Amino acid sequence: MTHIAKPKFRHPDLPVNRLGLTRRDYEGVVSTLCAGCGHDSISAAIIQACFELEIAAHRIAKVSGIGCSSKTTNYFANTAHGFNSVHGRMPSVATGANLANPDLIYLGVSGDGDTASIGLGQFCHAIRRRLNMVYIVENNGTYGLTKGQFSATNDKRSKNRRGVENLFEGIDLCALAIEMGAGFVARSFSGDKHQLVPLIKAAITYHGFALIDVISPCVTFNNHPTSTKSYDYVRDHNFMVDRIDFVPKRSEIKTQYEPGTSVELTLHDGSALKLYKLADDYDPADRGQSLASLDRYDRDGAVSTGLLYFDENQTDLHDLLATTDQPLNAAPQADLCPGADQLEAINAQYR
Amino acid sequence: MSIRMEPTDITDPDYFHKVVDCQWACPAHTPVPEYIRLIAKKRYADAFMVNWESNVFPAILGRTCDRPCEPACRRTRIEEKPVAICRLKRVAADNCGDISDRLPQVPSQKNGKRIALVGAGPASLAVARDLLPLGYECTLFEKNRAAGGLMRTNIPAFRLPVAVLDEEVDRVLHMGVEARFGTEISSLKSLLGEGFDAVFIGSGAPRGRDLNLPGRASASANIHIGTDFLASVAFGHTEKIGRRVVVIGGGNTAMDCCRTALRLGGENVYITVRSPRADMKASAWEIEDAVREGIPVLDNHAPTEFLVENGRLRAVKFQPMAARYDAAGRRTLYATDDEPVIIECDDVLMAIGQDVAYDWIERDIGLDFDAGGGPVVDALTHQSTLPGVFFGGDAAWGPENIITAVAHGHKAAISIDLFCNGQPLSDRPNPLTNLVSQKMGIHEWSYDNDISAAGRVPVPLADLEVALTRLDVEVELGFDETEALKEAMRCLNCDIQTVFSDNLCIECDACLDICPVDCINFTDNDEETRLREGLRVPAVNLEQGLYVSGPLVTGRVMIKDEDVCLHCGLCAERCPTGAWDMQKFSLVEAVANTNPEPAQEPVHAV
Ligand SMILES: Cc1cc2nc3c(=O)[nH]c(=O)nc-3n(C[C@H](O)[C@H](O)[C@H](O)COP(=O)(O)OP(=O)(O)OC[C@H]3O[C@@H](n4cnc5c(N)ncnc54)[C@H](O)[C@@H]3O)c2cc1C
Ligand SMILES: Cc1ncc(C[n+]2csc(CCOP(=O)(O)OP(=O)(O)O)c2C)c(N)n1
Ligand code: SF4
Ligand code: SF4
Ligand code: SF4
Ligand SMILES: [Mg+2]
Repeated sequence: MTHIAKPKFRHPDLPVNRLGLTRRDYEGVVSTLCAGCGHDSISAAIIQACFELEIAAHRIAKVSGIGCSSKTTNYFANTAHGFNSVHGRMPSVATGANLANPDLIYLGVSGDGDTASIGLGQFCHAIRRRLNMVYIVENNGTYGLTKGQFSATNDKRSKNRRGVENLFEGIDLCALAIEMGAGFVARSFSGDKHQLVPLIKAAITYHGFALIDVISPCVTFNNHPTSTKSYDYVRDHNFMVDRIDFVPKRSEIKTQYEPGTSVELTLHDGSALKLYKLADDYDPADRGQSLASLDRYDRDGAVSTGLLYFDENQTDLHDLLATTDQPLNAAPQADLCPGADQLEAINAQYR
Repeated sequence: MSIRMEPTDITDPDYFHKVVDCQWACPAHTPVPEYIRLIAKKRYADAFMVNWESNVFPAILGRTCDRPCEPACRRTRIEEKPVAICRLKRVAADNCGDISDRLPQVPSQKNGKRIALVGAGPASLAVARDLLPLGYECTLFEKNRAAGGLMRTNIPAFRLPVAVLDEEVDRVLHMGVEARFGTEISSLKSLLGEGFDAVFIGSGAPRGRDLNLPGRASASANIHIGTDFLASVAFGHTEKIGRRVVVIGGGNTAMDCCRTALRLGGENVYITVRSPRADMKASAWEIEDAVREGIPVLDNHAPTEFLVENGRLRAVKFQPMAARYDAAGRRTLYATDDEPVIIECDDVLMAIGQDVAYDWIERDIGLDFDAGGGPVVDALTHQSTLPGVFFGGDAAWGPENIITAVAHGHKAAISIDLFCNGQPLSDRPNPLTNLVSQKMGIHEWSYDNDISAAGRVPVPLADLEVALTRLDVEVELGFDETEALKEAMRCLNCDIQTVFSDNLCIECDACLDICPVDCINFTDNDEETRLREGLRVPAVNLEQGLYVSGPLVTGRVMIKDEDVCLHCGLCAERCPTGAWDMQKFSLVEAVANTNPEPAQEPVHAV
């Protein structure tokens, strides 16, 4: 919270995108989260990504559940569509909205509690159905909003502020998502926008289900020395498997890279990802190998980050169901309601 | 290997002082944001005293100051117009009430040192103001019948009412100056013979320049030197002027001449300037004031001849000019092929500058003059080459303005005090500085950080029809309270500094994310040029400092570009560890005082 509204003044040299907007035009209301919460940095990264992608905010649908993390959809893209659903039910709302209107960009923001505890089933089914959306988990290993209970992603070796041990294994949402069939899976850290912003841009551009698990320290309940989701711990144990540069469709790829140091991946709309491998034994295109490696890094105490899995050819729910391309709100009345005769004809087939 | 930037030394008073752009730009270093906050709290008398201590003439300057602070105002870097710093000063003066009990005590027991002051302009008066409380006896010699210098003789009453001038000048005189009006010093040598312990020369730059063009002599009855004309009007000797008046010159004096002419019966009054309008010397607002009164500005007009008919001035002939600028921006004016322009007129006012005049200073007394005819004066101490003789105001280096004269006066008073106490003049007292946290609660500060986004409030004006009929109708009415409070909230509180403690920072980015104007960066250290280019928004304003921290946990550093910081305090509000704090930096310029006991209590304000 702050006492005053953020002044409208902006830096006079702030870059302007092709829509004539500055980054500040993608802001929302001032955050009410605790000062220093990692979630606020993620909102800032989303703002930066939307600005750089030159997205008109009315093309975005922000969806979220309940939690400090889920509140943050109010803190960016003020003029976007939004639905703040009940706890753990964001995927259902996103599924319904996406089926009705495939044209919007579905930007889901959730927490580790919202996703890995109460919402785990919903999460798995959204992935399984290949929902075309970006799903960002602001993962702090705790229920921040309800004052610091262990969440299902909290590592077993991590103690809470008062030294109480966590008895259960944490769920690795990235491994789970790869297993469930997500086509774009990444992990990042709220304190590293250099890594996070290109990942968000790539995820937004990706066609299919894109998960970004962002480790996001809760300064109030999970930033102590025995936490594995604190600023210090993540900085000390961050193991970057690769780095990506997002190359938008319209720009030429000018830089020449040494062969072998980078791989170029194409996205649905013709944009590209330049991927630089940092860990020799890691291949984000190989599902089996990446799962095995993630498990090994985790056992070594490392927080593996980067683009962990990428399927260039994912199809989404609409492709699978062969639905119409037209958003329902734009379909003619006659298509939406073909009339009593048609109904009679359909019913007749079952008699 | 590149040279990385060293952590900023915030204990160097200049670092934070520079961030307070207005105060830094003010020759007398008036604590501007401090008095504006006092006005916002309706503490007018306190606001007045903060000013009076720094600049001696708040009511005069609140109407006439050249305001170098305003172009420097940070507000001009985030929106169109600066805070009306100058006119808010007038608000303090208009509403301060009786402050006589707050003036410094002048001891009845004198210290035995006698100082001569030549000229009763703002420079000499400032010296007297500073020295009298220390027990000095000050004798003021002025050739005119009243004090004030050009403020009285040249600044027209429609900009500076005589009553306002009298009040502020008398406030100094009544501290115990021994004034000898109507006394022109015609020999410095004999003045020195009167046994003064030091002499301050504040005689101004009294000689208005002339233009010796063909026809000048035959038309002399109707060609007037602008400054002499204004003085003659001020003393009531001149009450009329011809119907058609040509003013030659583009400085502030020209603006006062034409506006005065308009009030003395001039109907067709023209300002004529050799250069393009954009290069005119006058302040933008003075040109604006003249234009608003309907006076046309004919730029690129160089006078070449005074046309005389029947022994009387008939017209002025002008050569049309144009300007050419070379790559370095140097200007060359050249005559165009256009036909000469002839402007018929009854009177000409010549306002093309003033010079010092030292025919009364003997050249054999050890006081050196430079090639330009000015005295050789030390920039820091104001001492001439003759020990014990000091210069200040326009007399030192040529025409400036009131606030510069006052600043000179302060510095010269310090030197005189050191001189009379036998101390080296280089041993100068430091300004009084202080840095205090403004934190009152988690999101509460002892200053109002919710600054206004509104544009500059215009100063209400007297009805033009009435104003143009009389010399003594003040054109500007000044802000009323509502307007003043509204304008005061535009101040960005640039003296409330963002102070960073690198050992507390956990690099969470909260401050960087909240900052409305992208000041804050966390980055690898580098050499300054590359750092400036690589910031979130490149720091192109080299006048403004970079605040560089020591290394943080990740090895990076925090770099803050001070350029457009709003001093909103949001960085400090969002920081979870208190690594940022908002601290008020105050700087009160040193005043003459070699005594151990402070002569006057500094005002403690917000
Ligand atoms: C038309 C005009 C308008 C101006 N308007 C502004 C304005 O709006 N704002 C601003 O900041 N500045 C303005 N200025 C400039 C400002 O007035 C001067 O810079 C300032 O007054 C200089 O102060 P001073 O003390 O050095 O000298 P002055 O004010 O010039 O005072 C010098 C005094 O010394 C006296 N004197 C000179 N020689 C002798 C001698 N031998 N014996 C005894 N007495 C002597 C003179 O009579 C005079 O009273 C203006 C100037 C002019 C000409
Ligand atoms: C159905 C339901 N059950 C429980 C809650 C209480 N509740 C609110 S937020 C929350 C946990 C949020 O944790 P997470 O998603 O990790 O968000 P964070 O606050 O940590 O960002 C819980 C259990 C609720 N609001 N609704
Ligand atoms: S409780 Fe934790 S997660 Fe919630 S706002 Fe505060 S720091 Fe962020
Ligand atoms: S006070 Fe802090 S948040 Fe406000 S503009 Fe300055 S650096 Fe940015
Ligand atoms: S908010 Fe405070 S702790 Fe966080 S990065 Fe800024 S100064 Fe450091
Ligand atoms: Mg959580």
